[in-house]
Amino acid sequence: MSATASTQYTAHFRVWRGDQDGGQLEDFSVEVHEGEVVLDIIHRLQATQVSDLAVRWNCKAGKCGSCSAEINGRPRLLCMTRMSIFTREETITVTPLRAFPVVRDLVTDVSFNYTKAREVPSFVPPPGVAAGEYRMQQMDVDRSQEFRKCIECFLCQDTCHVVRDHEENKEAFAGPRFLMRVAELDMHPLDAAAETGLDRKKTAQDEHGLGYCNITKCCTEVCPEGIKITDNALIPLKERAVDRKYDPLVWLGSKIGRRGGGGQD
Amino acid sequence: MTELERQQWDVVIVGAGGAGLRAAIEARERGARTAVICKSLFGKAHTVMAEGGIAASMGNVNSGDNWQVHFRDTMRGGKFLNQWRMAELHAQEAPDRVWELETWGALFDRTHDGKISQRNFGGHEYPRLAHVGDRTGLELIRTLQQKIVSLQQEDKAEFGDYEARLKVFQECTVTRVLKDGNRVSGTFCYERETGRFFVLEAPSVVLATGGIGKSFKVTSNSWEYTGDGQALALLAGAPLLNMEFVQFHPTGMVWPPSVKGILVTESVRGDGGVLRNSEGKRFMFNYIPDVFKEKYAQTEEEGDRWYEDPDNNRRPPELLPRDEVARAINSEVKAGRGSPHGGVFLDVSTRMPADVIRRRLPSMYHQFKELADVDITAEAMEVGPTCHYVMGGIAVESDSAATLGVPGLFAAGEVAGGMHGSNRLGGNSLSDLLVFGRRAGWHAADYAAALTPRPSVDEGQIDRAAAEALRPFSAVAQDDGAQPENPYTLHQELQQTMNDLVGIIRRGGEMEQALERLGGLRARAQRAGVEGHRQFNPGWHLSLDLRNMLLVSECIARAALERTESRGGHTREDCPTMEREWRPVNLLCRLVDPTEGLAATDPQRGQIALERTATEPIRPDLLALFEKEELVKYLAEEELYQ
Repeated sequence: MSATASTQYTAHFRVWRGDQDGGQLEDFSVEVHEGEVVLDIIHRLQATQVSDLAVRWNCKAGKCGSCSAEINGRPRLLCMTRMSIFTREETITVTPLRAFPVVRDLVTDVSFNYTKAREVPSFVPPPGVAAGEYRMQQMDVDRSQEFRKCIECFLCQDTCHVVRDHEENKEAFAGPRFLMRVAELDMHPLDAAAETGLDRKKTAQDEHGLGYCNITKCCTEVCPEGIKITDNALIPLKERAVDRKYDPLVWLGSKIGRRGGGGQD
Repeated sequence: MTELERQQWDVVIVGAGGAGLRAAIEARERGARTAVICKSLFGKAHTVMAEGGIAASMGNVNSGDNWQVHFRDTMRGGKFLNQWRMAELHAQEAPDRVWELETWGALFDRTHDGKISQRNFGGHEYPRLAHVGDRTGLELIRTLQQKIVSLQQEDKAEFGDYEARLKVFQECTVTRVLKDGNRVSGTFCYERETGRFFVLEAPSVVLATGGIGKSFKVTSNSWEYTGDGQALALLAGAPLLNMEFVQFHPTGMVWPPSVKGILVTESVRGDGGVLRNSEGKRFMFNYIPDVFKEKYAQTEEEGDRWYEDPDNNRRPPELLPRDEVARAINSEVKAGRGSPHGGVFLDVSTRMPADVIRRRLPSMYHQFKELADVDITAEAMEVGPTCHYVMGGIAVESDSAATLGVPGLFAAGEVAGGMHGSNRLGGNSLSDLLVFGRRAGWHAADYAAALTPRPSVDEGQIDRAAAEALRPFSAVAQDDGAQPENPYTLHQELQQTMNDLVGIIRRGGEMEQALERLGGLRARAQRAGVEGHRQFNPGWHLSLDLRNMLLVSECIARAALERTESRGGHTREDCPTMEREWRPVNLLCRLVDPTEGLAATDPQRGQIALERTATEPIRPDLLALFEKEELVKYLAEEELYQ
């Protein structure tokens, strides 16, 4: 309605195009309208200049975590990055996630994340508690609920320096998203893993590479959901992994108390 | 003969949203080797966008609730056109489906006594929606996804292979359901990443592909919603039911243009938000229809008291079913009382403290802050109707989710019709996915287990499916000078046509015009051409999706033209009243030309034929749940005295 001519301008974009055999940045001049996000501009390029420009997207509302890429070198969701944060003169460079192999253009192979997801033992329902009989207090589910806000955009996995430039660490390191999944299950008030002999804290350390994390908080910085991954998931997991290793009594207490040891900030 | 990879499965599930994943879990748990195939990455389906909650009469917040009350609300919401047996099963089974999610690790918001919290929503008599803030769909999809992973972990332990009995083919598309005689024999698919074709041979196929919103310009739906399942069913010979009923959610964002249509959850109103026009008036009090007069507050004071004391006050009219609210907003804007960008105002800022808003509506707070520079704790949102959901869909048997006339083909979730009648209540979608996803998976597994020998796959069908899928790469200029068409341009024209001519308020002449334009678009879509190669090529993908969007759009326009009344999600300006004689009428859409869609090149000749059938009489014990005075408003004379 009031998208007048004065609010339109032509932006300069550089978009990486190519596949696993290589590629390069290509320059585009493209129209921008008021209120648009970077994904709108990529779509305009598809519709008017390069119909086969590959980009992964889905909801365009910041809820599904599909359109992850790097904008001017920073991992971001294309659909939640507004054009208004850039000056009109600025060149906007869009490249695929660096930590994962390129499939084509802005689309990367994110199967690493699905592999890691399978390696985290699932929720263990409490024996003897029937469906419909689960009782939990809100304050006890708050912590895990924060982690379940995760939309699996994998920006944290992309930015984490443990794997970003160290392909060799991928084997041993689950990445912030899946260490947070371990923390989420460990803090679930009714998870019965311990009763089956599964010690989630121990596996975080021994099997999912928690020790690689040196809490630089890069994951937290890029999280589009604002989850305090480092402070609320990884550090508490580290603390309790240490407690467990060196002080069995502390560990026992935390199991009995259930609410102990939460990371609030 | 086309050389391609083939795999054998017992059940193939097309779509990995709530219905597809729930079907997969059920089929696998009943012993079927199950393949799930989806266009996006695993865990990204449109279900993640559901916000408000899952409707289930657990009675955790108000113990007066039970399945009969839920059934009544659902039938009223659907204006009694619902396939009543589906509404009954849905109301009865929804609580079990929600509780089951907890045993798979879901974490819903809690009541003070530690049960699952339930919130108010439009058309629901009691607080009924289990929720997690305003991101309930994400919790649902993640829980189902993680349950599937846990089943795969079991298979890894038993067979050494995660995918021995349950595999997800992500970023793959099905373009045809294959048949052996009239029975299902498999699916023809391509992998989006490589463009490689493959065939999944299976006696049972469950369609769970969701809706059709991407045929409309202003929509809350994601790119996946191109009517794939509806079109696959039509092409396989199964009819669609009551496609004229499309829900326009009353509250989508209207500004800025690039986010127009994105959903603003009904929870905003359920939790106390109110609608105002440019004069600051709560206009919904002027729009309470006669059938709902006794059930809604007549004054602002009464409406406001209801939030604290629901037993002695009636609910505010902001919580009328969605069709009523959407029409009211439309009327206010038309009367010149709209907001600056063509919507109305939805305000929570004067109704709740800022910290409560941020806690109860975190994604709305975030969405408006990030995308529109609006702080909803300090100012009103601007909202207007957006295409949200299709009530019509593949006709199914209520108990088994089997389609009509194509043995082995099942459908569940939004792609299936009947459950919601002419209008869906908020919260009834997520529960629908779980209840009927489970039933589809169950019956698909049973059917596959009982069927010997297996249907065989026809080579000719594979060749034709491959040729159809490759056509966009060989689009060339015609002898008459017609150039290859840009699929993006065709898509935009289709969206504009449906939005303008078959939108929230419909007129006979406009729909005739729409059918003409759709014919033209269909002929042009045959020449949709793309550049590049088959590897992750979005232009190619869209060219193929256009066939589906054009088919379902024709169904919607034809059925909407035929139904000369206004009911639920179908509003005719030229036939403005709900007619009791239309109540027992179902409109079925069938493909006129099941011989591989050759009619598509002829702009004059449509592809869809309509058939009127009578609805099944509502069972007397279910009718007895309503007062006679209420039934009189809905049912035709002869139905009342049966």
